[in-house]
Amino acid sequence: MGELMAEIAMRDGTIAVADVRARSKVLSRLRRSDTVFHAVTRAAAVAVLVILGAVILSLIDGALPALRQFGLSFLYTERWNPVTEKFGAIAPIYGTVVTSLIAMLVAVPVGLMIALFLTELCPTWLRRPVGIAIELLAGIPSIIYGIWGLFVFAPFLQHTLQPFLIETLGAVPGLGMLFAGPPYGIGILTAGLILAVMVLPFVTAISRDVFETVPPVLKEAAYGMGCTTWEVFRHIVLPYTRGGVVGGAMLGLGRALGETMAVTFVIGNAHRISGSILAPGTTISATIANEFNEAVGDLYTSSLIALGLILFLITFVVLAVARYLLLRLERASG
Amino acid sequence: MTRLYRARRRRNGLAMGISLAATLFGLGWLVLILGVLLWKGFGGLSVAVFTEMTPPPGATGGLLNPIVGSLILTSIAVALGTPVGILAGTYMAEYGRHKRLTSVIRFVNDILLSAPSIVIGLFVYEIMVFPMGHFSGWAGAVALALIVVPVVLRTTEDMILLVPNPMREAAFALGVPRVYVIRHVCYRAARAGMLTGVLLSVARISGETAPLLFTALNNQFWSTDINAPMASLPIVIFQFALSPYEGWQALAWTGALIITLAVLALSIGARALTASRKEP
Repeated sequence: MGELMAEIAMRDGTIAVADVRARSKVLSRLRRSDTVFHAVTRAAAVAVLVILGAVILSLIDGALPALRQFGLSFLYTERWNPVTEKFGAIAPIYGTVVTSLIAMLVAVPVGLMIALFLTELCPTWLRRPVGIAIELLAGIPSIIYGIWGLFVFAPFLQHTLQPFLIETLGAVPGLGMLFAGPPYGIGILTAGLILAVMVLPFVTAISRDVFETVPPVLKEAAYGMGCTTWEVFRHIVLPYTRGGVVGGAMLGLGRALGETMAVTFVIGNAHRISGSILAPGTTISATIANEFNEAVGDLYTSSLIALGLILFLITFVVLAVARYLLLRLERASG
Repeated sequence: MTRLYRARRRRNGLAMGISLAATLFGLGWLVLILGVLLWKGFGGLSVAVFTEMTPPPGATGGLLNPIVGSLILTSIAVALGTPVGILAGTYMAEYGRHKRLTSVIRFVNDILLSAPSIVIGLFVYEIMVFPMGHFSGWAGAVALALIVVPVVLRTTEDMILLVPNPMREAAFALGVPRVYVIRHVCYRAARAGMLTGVLLSVARISGETAPLLFTALNNQFWSTDINAPMASLPIVIFQFALSPYEGWQALAWTGALIITLAVLALSIGARALTASRKEP
């Protein structure tokens, strides 16, 4: 035995033993280093949970003064007055929700159609380049979207789309109030459209991935019956992947809700709820980004942190639902 | 029958046309944004941009201090975040592969991956800036590191899970302890993929602005003191773009071009790295 053990040598040259006693010593050292590595990696993994817990706790801690002062009315009052120190969150919440809704209304159909193109129509050699190009849109930093939106997109909208909307839809009774007022360029609609471009790659990438999980047999059977590509997509692919598509859309929604810099540039920062989507507004993240450093007084700061807490909770729920839906699809497809 | 057939064909053609149009629409944005960036930012590119400080309004200058600041912040953030991400990913793919803890962490990590970055900024303000009493480069780097962790963790776990089990079994059969199997077999096989994760995280944080607003703040002057407020490219772009001075706005466009080119190069490089990985 002894001779056999003596021949054991590891790459790093850490083991070169002559007898069994030395061998057991080495083995126990190896076992120890394995235990240590196990513990270290587990600590790092648990750290991720700790980070999430710490984020929530510190936000709650920071938001407490404001929540104590205003109670639940913080959630539904519109006033935001740093001078009299009266704060309510409904205007930023409204802006966040409406801009994200506009973004989803545009990004989901467009994203689905791009995914359809990539999975059914596009020649194979072109799939990867087009897919990567769309994904690069997701890589562009949000501040770039912001500066681009402010200097290029907003003036463009001010002179083209917005006057057009005011003239055509603005006259329609009921619907018209959505498009009332002068074309400012910046405002809720502009922010929503920029967000749409930003979440488009997420919706596209996930839709494409879930479309690819459809078993070819299902599609071939439908094609065999003489269905057109569109019919296969509409009646086979979409129903099969519904959960995943909704999950992908929710993931995009989570991004849109929390997006900060791009929105801050083009939203106009007006703390009021306006019926018109052409009017300036504000979102939770834009309010925090604009005012946090200038906030004087504990109550002001605390109100902004409370806004952050609300934002975090909203996105948490949306993202959790998205992940749950995607996870279910993943399990179903094995 | 033929009429129905024609109607279906027409509808199909229409749908395919719309899907092609949607793709061109999506690609159009990329071209449009890059085009405007090049058009507005390229003229400002000069040696001075990389050698001079940010100017006061009306004067000429460059972006040296924010570029250096961004490099420092990004390096520290990657140095802090990568080990945590890799170790945690290792645990999830190796020791705890079938544990409940792993699925919980994966769920939480996926949420952190898309969590609003401005909230991370608020968090770091609460735990670092407020207790320390001043803004600092450290706080900014920690905020960015918190964004690095989920990205690196996710790719590390995915890449180690891709390592075929027979490779592990072969090593175990030689009597090699687990820690060596992980370090010498799994890490080696997954190296390219893990590096991709790190590159992607660098791409992600080099454009991040929101978490730096109330942590690293900004600095008009040359400073490599990490304990003091530190300039960074995204923050300077934010400040200069919203200013009324034309010189500042031009610098903002140049800065935007630099960041975008860097980020796109990183993401394309990361993709090329995984695509070219032919040998095991």
